[in-house]
Amino acid sequence: MTDQDISPLLAERVQSACHQGTALTIVGSGSKAFLGGQQSADSASGTTDHGADVLDLVPHCGILDYEPAELVLTARAGTPLAEIKQILSASGQMLPFDPPQFGGKGTLGGAIASGLSGPARPWQGAVRDAVLGVTLINGQGEILKFGGQVMKNVAGYDVSRLMAGAFGTLGVLLEISIRVMPLPRVHQTQVVATTTEQALRWFAEWNQTALPITAASFHDGQLHVRLAGAQSAVHKAALRIGGDTLAEATASTYWQALRDHQLEFFQPGEPDLWRTVVPLTAPVEALPDAPQLFDWGGQQRWFRLPSGREADIRPQTTAAGGHATLFRPSAQATGARQVSPFTPLPAPLHALHQRIKIALDPKGIFNAGRLFTEL
Amino acid sequence: MSIVAELAAESTPLSAERLDVLIRRLRTVLPDAALLTTTEAMKPFECDGLSAIRRMPAVVALPESIDQIQAVLRICAELNVPVVARGAGTGLSGGALPSADGLLLSLAKFKQILHIDSVNRTARVQPGVRNLAISEAAAPYGLYYAPDPSSQIACTIGGNVAENSGGVHCLKYGLTVHNVLEVTFITIDGEKITVGGSTLDSSGYDILALMNGSEGMLGVMVEVLVRLLPVPECAKVLMAAFDNLESAGQAVADIIAAGIIPAGLEMMDNNAIRAAEAFVHAGYPTEAAAILLCELDGTTEEVDELLAEVEAVVQRAGASGLWIARDAEERARFWAGRKAAFSSVGRLSPDYYCMDGTIPRRMLASVLTQIDDMSREFGLKVANVFHAGDGNLHPLILFDANKPGELDQAEAFGERILTLCVAVGGSVTGEHGVGVEKLAPMCAQFKPQELIQFYALKAAFDPQGLLNPGKAVPTLQRCAEFGAMHVHHNHLPHPDLPRF
Repeated sequence: MTDQDISPLLAERVQSACHQGTALTIVGSGSKAFLGGQQSADSASGTTDHGADVLDLVPHCGILDYEPAELVLTARAGTPLAEIKQILSASGQMLPFDPPQFGGKGTLGGAIASGLSGPARPWQGAVRDAVLGVTLINGQGEILKFGGQVMKNVAGYDVSRLMAGAFGTLGVLLEISIRVMPLPRVHQTQVVATTTEQALRWFAEWNQTALPITAASFHDGQLHVRLAGAQSAVHKAALRIGGDTLAEATASTYWQALRDHQLEFFQPGEPDLWRTVVPLTAPVEALPDAPQLFDWGGQQRWFRLPSGREADIRPQTTAAGGHATLFRPSAQATGARQVSPFTPLPAPLHALHQRIKIALDPKGIFNAGRLFTEL
Repeated sequence: MSIVAELAAESTPLSAERLDVLIRRLRTVLPDAALLTTTEAMKPFECDGLSAIRRMPAVVALPESIDQIQAVLRICAELNVPVVARGAGTGLSGGALPSADGLLLSLAKFKQILHIDSVNRTARVQPGVRNLAISEAAAPYGLYYAPDPSSQIACTIGGNVAENSGGVHCLKYGLTVHNVLEVTFITIDGEKITVGGSTLDSSGYDILALMNGSEGMLGVMVEVLVRLLPVPECAKVLMAAFDNLESAGQAVADIIAAGIIPAGLEMMDNNAIRAAEAFVHAGYPTEAAAILLCELDGTTEEVDELLAEVEAVVQRAGASGLWIARDAEERARFWAGRKAAFSSVGRLSPDYYCMDGTIPRRMLASVLTQIDDMSREFGLKVANVFHAGDGNLHPLILFDANKPGELDQAEAFGERILTLCVAVGGSVTGEHGVGVEKLAPMCAQFKPQELIQFYALKAAFDPQGLLNPGKAVPTLQRCAEFGAMHVHHNHLPHPDLPRF
């Protein structure tokens, strides 16, 4: 476990990039480099294939403050998620949003910047829900602090939550304070063989009750439900849901594989991997040639779709009140990517995004095009 | 100079000519009944819950449709007239205090619950819907809206979003920002923008998070989609008494460390206990230095399991007395004292000043001891109620506004408390907002570059600075005057860059 503060150096590099108008690509462990509208950075050469300078946050690491009774942890952006999870679990706590660690990697900064949450998202909250405060470098190279280490704080605009999911386009995250939660006393996973229609009916039914669910997925004719909490509550809910109980180790491997995209469904390569987020009651897309996987109790749906089929998924998803992300394009599509990875915004909202970008990064030096072109 | 005196000094009403033009233009887009222009009619709008500070607006508009709001905002933008949006006016920091040269935009007529979707567990409501009305409308479906500020009978959801309101249950269920899924707002240019959605996340920046707690500075909210939760099967309350504040603070830390997140965890000090007991006869132990109220909810089995654990934890922490509410009636009585704490204290003293700082929980005993010292120094009594679970402290400073100088003393005392909160790693406001009340302590919490960043963000939404001017974020000049921060013109970072 290393502990290193390179913030003065990082601020200096941003200042000089600001003066010279040089583009900067902020990188962590690179575990999510495939996601978004930017070519992957090459740390070794120090530049991306777009010619932007690489700002490597991995050396800026270390846990700064963690007091279990306060339910708050503060760490530098480059701190590996694995290290954070380890120290938390030693005190019987966890990151409520359970961020994915693709390829086993991932830093805290990357988890916040990408805003990706694991299978527990509908029940334990999103990344942004857990963010309490950040220290960041803005586009002028100033080190600024927003939010704090306390749960309730309404002083000033909530700039820290704005950073979650902004993909580094608004600032360089240096330190993040996050709310942590106690680990549930008991976990139990039930598996039920069923159809897509029945699975979605159950998801809807369970959503209206106070069952202690912390994950629910459906694919390959099998529904997985994770129950967590007090022994008595878990036991009672398992009886109601039925099916078979998975052995603890098997269950934990399954949920981790779902979270980190290690299930066969997510295998890299052909075809494209799409992610849609829709209301629970959204109709099931009729795409006979596209395998589907339902997570988040039916509210996050993954598709494998051959390249060039955006028109088969994005308009329908938008019509259902959701949005679709080209999450991991197949290798073939990577070269000439025509499709915006994230769902384009209505014009007035897009214009507001541009003004917010200018407010934080007036010269437009951070992660240009990672979220949307012109941002 | 006190806040009251300062605000009186900066009031400059609209000139008669400009007022005339404004009213004439507004009459073209609003029915007569929706426009108030006489002193008598506008009187109820001169202040919000921070009633010590009052100011008359130039005009009051009560639009009934989103089209009307858009039209009103376009006129104000064109004529460069400030706009202050207002819900129920229950805010405690002066966030809805009118601008003397501006329009007060009341959302009072937007009180429709548009749709309850029991399967997706959401409620689509207009901004003027009262907080409690949402839970009442959701009750037939076995659902409720979790954030419950003490003013929930009266306060509106629009105001809740603007202030990012909390309540006694936010340790487990979060603040407003955690329970709002989508907001539609009108910009000062009259443009309608929707952020968030009926899904668990959305494409683009989390502007929804930015709208929560923005105190009406970024846009006028016209529609809100909130998340509803299933009503828990069972809820029970335990009350523990302590002989000293340290043990009570320890008990709070121990409950959390045991891996238990209570639905509510509240503490009151001796002054607050005595006041509440005298008022509502909740059965509180009046000799205790502090009491802790701990509510647990969930399935019946779960609640019983956790209750036994909490009981053991508070015993070990040195509780001198312990009571578990036997039924719903007793539970309501235990809570009644806490919920009436403010009004009970109000009976002890002609006036009180309610503070709202947050601190890391571990600093509780030390902060309360220092507040006690200050109380002696200023010669003013203070009662403390505390959202112990989330570190939100509400010291109530007792004073008499009719005694010369006491209001100034109370304000000075309050500012010292907030400065202390910042010094121990907390914040100047947990849930009441900055408004006009906490502009000075904001200068202690943020450095000039951070305030400048706030101005830039504000300008991204409202380049003319017309929405709720003078609230929430102090100007650098103001901070320099407060003396909390010294800004020398030449030392501002990047003097070459344009500033908003």
